[in-house]
Amino acid sequence: MAYDSFKILTSSCVPLPLENVDTDQIIPARFLKATKREGFGDNLFRDWRYNGDDTPKADFVLNNPTYSGKILVAGRNFGSGSSREHAAWAIYDYGFRCVISSFFADIFKGNSLNIGILPVTVSPEFLDKIFTAIESDPKAEVIVDLPSQKVTIAATGESESFDINGYKKHNMTNGFDDIDYLQSMKAEIGEFEKTRI
Amino acid sequence: MSKKTLFDKVWDSHVVKHIEDGPDVLFIDRHFIHEVTSPVAFLGLESRGIGVLFPERTFATADHNTPTINQHLPVEDPLSANQLKALETNSGKYGISHWGLGNPKNGIVHVVGPENGITQPGMTIVCGDSHTSTHGAFGAIAFGIGTSEVEMVLASQCIMQPKPKKMRINVNGKLGKGVTPKDVTLYIIAQISASGATGYFAEYAGDVFENMSMEGRMTVCNMSIEMGARGGMIAPDETTFAFLEGREKSPKGEEWTKQVAYWKTLKSDEGAEFDLELTYNAADIEPQITYGTNPGLGTGISRNIPKASEVKDGEASYKKSLAYMGFAEGESMIGKEVDYVFLGSCTNGRIEDFRAFASIVKGRKKADNITAWLVPGSHIVESQIKEEGILDILTEAGFALRQPGCSACLAMNDDKIPAGKLAVSTSNRNFEGRQGPNSKTLLASPLVAAAAAVTGKVTDPRVFL
Repeated sequence: MAYDSFKILTSSCVPLPLENVDTDQIIPARFLKATKREGFGDNLFRDWRYNGDDTPKADFVLNNPTYSGKILVAGRNFGSGSSREHAAWAIYDYGFRCVISSFFADIFKGNSLNIGILPVTVSPEFLDKIFTAIESDPKAEVIVDLPSQKVTIAATGESESFDINGYKKHNMTNGFDDIDYLQSMKAEIGEFEKTRI
Repeated sequence: MSKKTLFDKVWDSHVVKHIEDGPDVLFIDRHFIHEVTSPVAFLGLESRGIGVLFPERTFATADHNTPTINQHLPVEDPLSANQLKALETNSGKYGISHWGLGNPKNGIVHVVGPENGITQPGMTIVCGDSHTSTHGAFGAIAFGIGTSEVEMVLASQCIMQPKPKKMRINVNGKLGKGVTPKDVTLYIIAQISASGATGYFAEYAGDVFENMSMEGRMTVCNMSIEMGARGGMIAPDETTFAFLEGREKSPKGEEWTKQVAYWKTLKSDEGAEFDLELTYNAADIEPQITYGTNPGLGTGISRNIPKASEVKDGEASYKKSLAYMGFAEGESMIGKEVDYVFLGSCTNGRIEDFRAFASIVKGRKKADNITAWLVPGSHIVESQIKEEGILDILTEAGFALRQPGCSACLAMNDDKIPAGKLAVSTSNRNFEGRQGPNSKTLLASPLVAAAAAVTGKVTDPRVFL
């Protein structure tokens, strides 16, 4: 499924300064019963966001109108646990296009790249700077520049570069996905298959 | 020739193409699908107007979202029923083997793959489920993938992955009384944290794993993802071959002889290099139990909950974790009152786990305050439980057996631990709400689960052995 291309994103951020945010928190298993990719954003962080009676929890950041934006900034080891791509779908569907953390779980990172969310890994020090910037101004903007692989705090001009392999970068900036690429390799794959049991 | 690790040997033999400054195009030998992470992948194929390239390499089973009682009746929840129907329809449409609800081979994907011989050494195996790492017990490269990748494998039998870093975890010595494979893996995860192996693919080596049964090896490899590793694997040996010989999809006759000869080459060369190597002593491992809300927050059952200053996780998430569990730093785990016991899952839902559980409950009675859910990993396991007389022992002790499925491990079906209740669970994750909204999970071995089931509280199983 192709997605919108990603080049430069300038946005305020939603801060989630917690570590080890697992995909069961991002979207609990009981919301995985759909057979279509629709409406997952409504249940993003469901049990942190709503009480048992579906009333919003006032102290959770998504329920705080002070914070908004297309960038989610989270503590280290974001997206650990279950491989459910629904977690990335929920984040995308809610409106985020980028997650910044100092460390991502592998599967979540791959899933994000496959659906058009850019996971940006920064140093723990730079992550702290972003949190500090948001703390002093909830509307503080961060600029995520994929072509030049740079993330900048707009107010202070402080920036850091981030890694992404050339292949994925090309895909993200053009909105291509892996299946487009693999379809062009069918003959080669067919030959390879004959050698496998 | 350069020295290769077991992982290198299997990975390198599956690379169709290496993309410069990008991932490898990796051929996938076996693909498992289930009802939860596959429907959107099939929709993707339809919207692109493409089919399944090699349907005979994909196997479908329903497990995540199936009831564990009255499986002969229609599934009540319309959303769950719809998902099961979608798996059946999609499998039929593309010619994929489908072991749905009611099929005698149905069960948890990571239990039925190995027990039917679909999983074999040297293979690449993927599934839209992070516990696919289980199959690494056979010396396969096996890992969980997302739905976009499920679609990719259906469309092309390949996925695109950068080659991960390599680590080896050695455990040597003799395991003490009451120390099971689950304790070995929980111990390792507690040592390196729930993210300590992120970016790596692990190999488990040393005499503890060499002396372990295939069931035990599957338990260990299953939990690899809980330390952040994409997967974990163990070199195949005579134990592996003995397990596989004669299973339905195992090679037969001359092909068997040929494959075994190849499988024997699947071990890390002497002097092969790993990016990280860790070594532990079996004698340091006691029965384990978790106290927090990620699998790295665990300890020996006789020890106290560590202080915030002693753990590697961030203080904020550690304190949030203890607050959720209702525990305090420095408290003892022994004696905590338990409400539920869950025996099952792709981690501990195999015959050996039921034997272990039965060894403690035999001649004893289920504690009155305990609700116990005993869920075999497959119908084949269920049959073994009956044939070996384990069911009689369980029934005598006041327990009942449910029908196969993932059940309370992720609580997608009705098997939800109620809010505020404390469960000792043989599954793999103790995340907040994992087993039901606001439920609390203590991960442990089948022996610890049995000790809790008969005493009603957290109990060191060694007192019964």
